Amino acid sequence: MSRSRPYIRPVETLWWARPPYLAYTLREATGVAVLGYALVLLAGVVSLANGERAYNVWLDFLKSPWSLSLHVLFLIGMIAHTWTWFRILPKTMPRLVIGRRVLPQIRVTAAGVAVAAASFIFIVLVAVWTQP
Amino acid sequence: MLAALIGPALVLLTGLAAPTGIGLTNNFMSFARAMAFAQHPLGKLILFGVILLFIWHGAERIYLTLRDMHAGAKFPLMWICYGTAGVLTLITMGALATIGF
Repeated sequence: MSRSRPYIRPVETLWWARPPYLAYTLREATGVAVLGYALVLLAGVVSLANGERAYNVWLDFLKSPWSLSLHVLFLIGMIAHTWTWFRILPKTMPRLVIGRRVLPQIRVTAAGVAVAAASFIFIVLVAVWTQP
Repeated sequence: MLAALIGPALVLLTGLAAPTGIGLTNNFMSFARAMAFAQHPLGKLILFGVILLFIWHGAERIYLTLRDMHAGAKFPLMWICYGTAGVLTLITMGALATIGF
């Protein structure tokens, strides 16, 4: 290696489709589920602004098999998003030290997942309690 | 973080339980209830926050992943990803403003 001719290691174009990087790509792809669900909600809000007829069209779309399968994919993506989010969280934080011992990263993940599970149950309960 | 905490619950409720009627009554998201929710200031804030944060979070993930894949130069990719998110933000604000109080 020299200053006039630096060494640039060749990078395969499809590096992100091969293991072990495929796991990374799939993790990042859960963000597409988040965006996709937001677009469905946005369509709902826009149809709500356009009146009852338009909103009922959106509701009927939600009942269709396409929408139900899409939401199953969204649900899988969201759960994967939550799990990978809390797996990453302790890796980006400074190491937590309690007394003289280092807190293992899996404990932070477990705490995060527990909070997510509690929040899931809470929201479902609120919905069931406030249903007509 | 918000997507991680409330995402699965929202998808389950609005996408699966309410439309099919399994677990929730069939008119959980009827027009009258949806309008009442969206016209309330707190409901509007929740819709605004959830939709926008999910859009920007998704846009950021997509932008960073495309950068890692060397799919394009930095600024064109930024304009495409965050520009789309910006346009969607304006649409959301317009729709919520039209719903009114």
